[in-house]
Amino acid sequence: MTTNQRRQEYRALFKQNVEKRLVVDKAVRAVVFACVIIAIIPLGSILVEVFKNGAAAISYEFLTATPGSIGSGEGGIGPAIQGTLIIIGLSSLIGVPIGVMSGIFLSEYGDNRLAHYIRFFNDVFMEFPSIVLGIFAFLLIVLILGHFSVWAGAFALSLIMFPIVARTTEESLKMVPMTYREAGTALGLKKWVITIRIVISAAKSGMITGILLSVSRIGGETAPLIMTILGSSTFFRSMDVPMDALPLRIWRLSLLPYDSAQLQGWGAALVLIMIILGINLGVRYYFASKKGNNIFGRLIKQGAIIKK
Amino acid sequence: MTALSIRSTFDNSSVSEPPSHLPEKEKKFKMVAENVTISYGDFAAVKNITMKFPEKSVTALIGPSGCGKTTFLRCLNRMHDMTKSAKVEGKVMIDDIDLYDKSIDPIYHRRKVGMVFQKPNPFPTMSIYDNVVAGLKLNGVKDKKILDEIVEDSLKMAYLWDEVKDDLKKSAIELSGGQQQRLCIARALAIQPEVLLMDEPASALDPIATQKIEETITELKKEYTIIIVTHNMQQAVRVSDYTGFMYLGDLIEFRETKKLFTDPKNELTAKYVQGQFG
Repeated sequence: MTTNQRRQEYRALFKQNVEKRLVVDKAVRAVVFACVIIAIIPLGSILVEVFKNGAAAISYEFLTATPGSIGSGEGGIGPAIQGTLIIIGLSSLIGVPIGVMSGIFLSEYGDNRLAHYIRFFNDVFMEFPSIVLGIFAFLLIVLILGHFSVWAGAFALSLIMFPIVARTTEESLKMVPMTYREAGTALGLKKWVITIRIVISAAKSGMITGILLSVSRIGGETAPLIMTILGSSTFFRSMDVPMDALPLRIWRLSLLPYDSAQLQGWGAALVLIMIILGINLGVRYYFASKKGNNIFGRLIKQGAIIKK
Repeated sequence: MTALSIRSTFDNSSVSEPPSHLPEKEKKFKMVAENVTISYGDFAAVKNITMKFPEKSVTALIGPSGCGKTTFLRCLNRMHDMTKSAKVEGKVMIDDIDLYDKSIDPIYHRRKVGMVFQKPNPFPTMSIYDNVVAGLKLNGVKDKKILDEIVEDSLKMAYLWDEVKDDLKKSAIELSGGQQQRLCIARALAIQPEVLLMDEPASALDPIATQKIEETITELKKEYTIIIVTHNMQQAVRVSDYTGFMYLGDLIEFRETKKLFTDPKNELTAKYVQGQFG
């Protein structure tokens, strides 16, 4: 047993360090704060720059018209906005379900060798340069069908999307404590019911973050689109012909030597940022307002479950 | 005393059945575990246990931490199916059906056995109402009238009805810990089980909530066969009719609770119930 005197010595020892610890505490806090500022500065300056340069280009005509003749500064980016919305929507329709299902498999049925390999390749896939995926889509769809198409673009972008969604879904599902699954099992529920109605419903905010992350990522992808949807000056005509998209338009405008084209490029960049921001805020607001309601689980397996 | 010498000193067959002087009507066994061994890899957590659980009574499993009582309890509901590394050998009979028979669908039979876990685990995204009927609704019961009835009935049995009847749409995680645990009991009862397994249901609760849970158990005994794991020997004395003492994966002694605590046959049981180790 430690003597009382020794205990007093211990206490004195702890007190000695108090000053030093407080200083370290403050220093760490300052460093953390500084790092945040350093990280925010480039992001913020990009946003400010885009707003400063692009705001002047925004007008009703700019948002709705087809591009005018090169260098004239006339026309707009209507087809590009439309194309971006179409390609994001279509890629999500392909990529999100596959990604979510893969994530469910990896988390809920992933205690085996097959899942181990899938997880590994999924991680590798996530780091693939997007142009490689564009070339893949080009070889597989464009060359075989003989023409550029919206399908090829959606295919390429969904390839970028689903590894991200799969990974984030898996991680969010794994965060759900085992004890909820056990409770469901003890109630005599089937595994898929437990997964969809209990586990996913508890993990949905993480899953939504992952999906939004992947949407933002593909929204700005340019390289795979060059290989697949090519770009166009007209509004959407058919799935089997080239289409425009904002990143493509920004890229083309930025290459032109005219001030008016540069201005339109900045304007298009601003519009793209606003679209991504809008999707993020809109989805978050929608789910926040439905809090406590298993809307996500219900969306996934609509109809199969008893209505509230 | 080592586990090995215990096993040699204690005769499995003589202590694993409740005493023979029970009244005839109580001699029906709801559940029977026969030669159950549960192992994780090379480690046997539960070693060749045979135990019979009389109908409409409370059986307590006591023993020091790590003695395998929770592991054993979970096998009575095939919960080890969820753990790949766990291997269960032996038979678990419920009404003459072997739960571990290859032709048995555990999902159907789990509905006969309700389970309450150590920590309250109401489904966080569901309301109180939806939690209670989760086992029914998600299994396809849609009739609102029946669901309403079962919610009221189950919550009343779990002694929670009066506290929540005006707030059934409230989220379950807004309840206090003790209320959450009684909600979990109600949820387990709602599937109309015949057996109720409870894994230290009061260990995370304060004395008042514990008392309420114990009152609930005493009341439920009239209709259900209850098997409860507990660390708390006073609790075993208060609520159970039979007690099994486990040590290092072995069932050391299994008798009427009063007898086990006042006149233990085994030296090790005597030491444990007197608080000399544990």
